[in-house]
Amino acid sequence: MAQLSYLEAISDALRIAMGGDERVILLGEDIGVHGGAFKVTDGLLAEFGAERVIDTPICEEAIVGSAVGAAIVGMRPVCEMQFADFVACAFDQIVNVAGKFHYRLGVAVPIVVRLPSGGGFSGGPYHSQNPEAWFLHSPGLKVLAPSSAEDAKGLLLAAIADPNPVLFLEHKNLYRRVRGEVPDGPYETPFTARTVRDGDDLVVIAYGAMVHTALEAIDQLPDASIRLLDLRSLCPLDEEAILAAVRDCSKVVVVDEANYTCAMGAQVSSVIAERAFEHLEGPVVRVATPDVPIPLAPALESAVLPSVERIRAACDELLAY
Amino acid sequence: MRVAPNQAPRTTKPAQPPAADRRGARSGPLPALAEHGSEPAYLDHDDRVALFRFMALHRAIEERGVSLYKQGRVPGSFYDGRGQEATCVGAAFALGPADPICPLIRDLGAHLVKGTSPRRILAHYLGRPGGVSGAREGNVHFGDATLGVLGMVSMLPDMMPVAVGMAMAFKLRRESRCSLALFGDGATSVGDWHEAMNFAAVQQVPAIFVLEHNGYAYSTPSAQQFAVDPVERAAAYGMLGLSVDGNDVEAVFEVVRQARERALAGGGPTLIAAHTMRMHGHGLHDDARYVPAEQLEQWAARDPIALQSERLVSLGVDIEAITTAVAAEVDQATTEALAMPMPDPATATTGVFSEGEAIPIGIGGAPWSGFR
Repeated sequence: MAQLSYLEAISDALRIAMGGDERVILLGEDIGVHGGAFKVTDGLLAEFGAERVIDTPICEEAIVGSAVGAAIVGMRPVCEMQFADFVACAFDQIVNVAGKFHYRLGVAVPIVVRLPSGGGFSGGPYHSQNPEAWFLHSPGLKVLAPSSAEDAKGLLLAAIADPNPVLFLEHKNLYRRVRGEVPDGPYETPFTARTVRDGDDLVVIAYGAMVHTALEAIDQLPDASIRLLDLRSLCPLDEEAILAAVRDCSKVVVVDEANYTCAMGAQVSSVIAERAFEHLEGPVVRVATPDVPIPLAPALESAVLPSVERIRAACDELLAY
Repeated sequence: MRVAPNQAPRTTKPAQPPAADRRGARSGPLPALAEHGSEPAYLDHDDRVALFRFMALHRAIEERGVSLYKQGRVPGSFYDGRGQEATCVGAAFALGPADPICPLIRDLGAHLVKGTSPRRILAHYLGRPGGVSGAREGNVHFGDATLGVLGMVSMLPDMMPVAVGMAMAFKLRRESRCSLALFGDGATSVGDWHEAMNFAAVQQVPAIFVLEHNGYAYSTPSAQQFAVDPVERAAAYGMLGLSVDGNDVEAVFEVVRQARERALAGGGPTLIAAHTMRMHGHGLHDDARYVPAEQLEQWAARDPIALQSERLVSLGVDIEAITTAVAAEVDQATTEALAMPMPDPATATTGVFSEGEAIPIGIGGAPWSGFR
């Protein structure tokens, strides 16, 4: 076990995957000598060479498209979008090529697309987005969003081993802020939800950076027994864990950092409404970013991103329902 | 045979074309008639017959597809490659067994060269699970990946970056293989085309890009698509760009054969513009009223199958025997395909995800005598 930051855990996963399997290659912008915009791939060029750590032109479609090509002839490419926002430029290759190949042609596409996502540090409209819902609506793609260093490493290794295209949302605001005990060597974290804290008055369902925001909010409500469920995997979605939590707690707050409409939280709410209605003792309450681009100024950004205060208020109100 | 290098200046150092590439430079949308009776250096008698047979089979299967469509037996719409048979057949014929190909909707012949059976193609048209896509895909969006044929994606040219990635893997693993992607002139206006051309040239991957220049993106003529012929752009990417008579199957074969040789020798990618003509509308629903009648007449006079037939007749080949056998093969395939069951609705939601170990695409046929 070692104390690693979330970012170091991701780097560790890449290093282990590349060291253990020569089929694993990296593609992305400035990932070589520069080590990536966030330094996730720092040192990998020196360790594995330019043939396996490929600095690409600015060409998100070609990064993902060529990863698909390499994957279907036996490689295990891991792509980095410099910021998750730029995955919009690779949308077609992900959704229409990678996501549909197996259904249409029976061809597995084992690629991972790493998406440094999320806001909270004045990134503005093009460096703060949480684009997971774009892909959750598109069949054939797995979508992961770890919140801890241990899960970041284990989920990334599991994503690289998976025979399907996997979008790996790594929250930029957790890169250096979150540290934790991380097992040495290779291990794979299952694509299931994790109970972060137990409780039975109410459950907060969150993922990514919002797990930490929710935890702070829960800490401010010591009189209530509040469970925190970290989804970790958005597709596949651990519906059974969600339903079990609803059965135990009967009150649910669902938190998204992403924009409100058709977000992951909307799907979670729908699952609860369809399959656990009789277990509810109040409305499903959602906390999400309103449907606006993410503004830059701290005063504006903090006005739209879900805060500790908003989550605490939502819990308070629902507990009193 | 006519193979013309583009003459635009190069900004970097692409591989120089072999001397044979420099013969018969020409320009203009309508290639001159190929020389008859010239002896191709790399094709033996049986190869030349096989090229004819694949083109004849391509056309016969599509004619049957049209007929089945008009009978209401083909779900969806129907698109054919009439007039473009030489480009896909000639290109695929030059590929080795381990060279994957990404055909487009008018490239049925490429599937045949790689070994896809007419029975499975017709079953595919008819929406039967015994067809190539398991009844999941549009009737020309298919490919048997176990033979190294990747079915096209409607967003064009999405398979070009994929071909670059396959070639990148071959280069990285020091494998003697190349990839080939076909696309139309319409696709050259899309951003993926630029990204693939640029990345392929930067990485010097063993990829071959075959542009089927039939003059129309659906109804939009070349003049409204680009101000510079796409083959001229190759030089700006630092890539060799060549034009070829897309209706001359032996010429297409030869230019792709050379491109493959260059690719495997580390010479990087090649853009080949095969000038041809779509003799039908975009699909059967399109009467192609926007194509001048005289243009079609000119191209009809240089039909790719008739051209190869003339060559073979002069060599004493019994063309009628081949076409009769092809017709019988298509009849038999149609009967078998029509007898196949329709898909089970319960299977509609299966197979979205892969389970178990990812299996790479397979190895296909390579009928050219050079691979024997």
